Amino acid sequence: MSAPLPLSLATGSAGALAVAFGVGIGFGWWLERAGLGSAPKLMGQFHLTDLTVFKVMFSAIVTAMLGLFWLARFGIVDLSRVYVPETFVLPQIVGGMVFGAGMALAGLCPGTSCVAAATGRGDGLVVAGGFFAGVLVTALALPTMARFYGSGARGSLTLDAVLDVETGSLILVVVAAALAGFLVAEHVEQWKARRLAEVER
Amino acid sequence: MSARVASRAYADPYVAGVGLGLVLLASFVLAGRGLGASGAFAAAAATSVHAVAPGAVTGNAYLTEHLGAGGPLRDWLVVEILGVLVGGFVSAALAGRLALRVERGAHATIRQRLGAALAGGVLMGGGAVLARGCTSGQALTGGALLSVGAWLFIGGAFAMAYLVALATRRSWT
Repeated sequence: MSAPLPLSLATGSAGALAVAFGVGIGFGWWLERAGLGSAPKLMGQFHLTDLTVFKVMFSAIVTAMLGLFWLARFGIVDLSRVYVPETFVLPQIVGGMVFGAGMALAGLCPGTSCVAAATGRGDGLVVAGGFFAGVLVTALALPTMARFYGSGARGSLTLDAVLDVETGSLILVVVAAALAGFLVAEHVEQWKARRLAEVER
Repeated sequence: MSARVASRAYADPYVAGVGLGLVLLASFVLAGRGLGASGAFAAAAATSVHAVAPGAVTGNAYLTEHLGAGGPLRDWLVVEILGVLVGGFVSAALAGRLALRVERGAHATIRQRLGAALAGGVLMGGGAVLARGCTSGQALTGGALLSVGAWLFIGGAFAMAYLVALATRRSWT
């Protein structure tokens, strides 16, 4: 029998919920360890002083991507049973832009706002409350923009299918781009630190 | 520094990233799905609307989809987010990083900071509904699965975040 375990079939089963809780603990643990429950640290990404967000996000993406690819290659995971989020072109570009504007104002994202709130940060609690309100109001208004919400539906579309390349080749490119990105990130941080030191002097 | 127990430094970002990636991988393998955050808020919103005005859920495909059959406490993402709260709390407690405070930029008052936090949260809520996910469900999970929509979301979100951060940088630095 290959993974994912049939737990996913029985949504709401005790086993599936135990996995959810355990995965959540690990998720919250690593976000806090990285310092991503702190808005000033997160904002460092956008002021180019501390690129932790980029480093954490892309090492996580590369780790999970490589792990899943090789587990599938060895027949341990059946990829057809892993849910790939569906693509809706325009709603995801526009939604992403609205989300990004909010993220820069909030200094946190929904997941990190939960960590911020759990670690005693009042600003995190307010971000989480605002996020709940935003989801609620937009969800209620959704029937009035049903056409836009459903536009550009492409199903579970992946980049390798669109570019018509081997999955393995694309993964190699993504890994190389991430490694190059890490090098650039280290240089940008050093450059920014030198500039700030010069201004102080 | 202060008389309190000195808090320990954060982990190396690459170590934390690989750790987070392994948690995401475990989720794919054990549950057949990735991480999420906004879905839990959507389930809470659907439950709230259902409690006040059940009719508003029936006519709304989004809310119906997020109103779980067995209530929010049997919803995968709600339970996962409860785990996030516990994991974040335990990690901070062990590192001496628990403290009641409002974190803000050097040039922002508490009132300004909380106003921006509220506005930012509301905007993210709108964006996450339209995009069908946030930095967890789209960027991290969809990104690792090479989903086209997830990478469009990443591009749109970071482009706008840099623009807004540029315009508001005075309150932080």
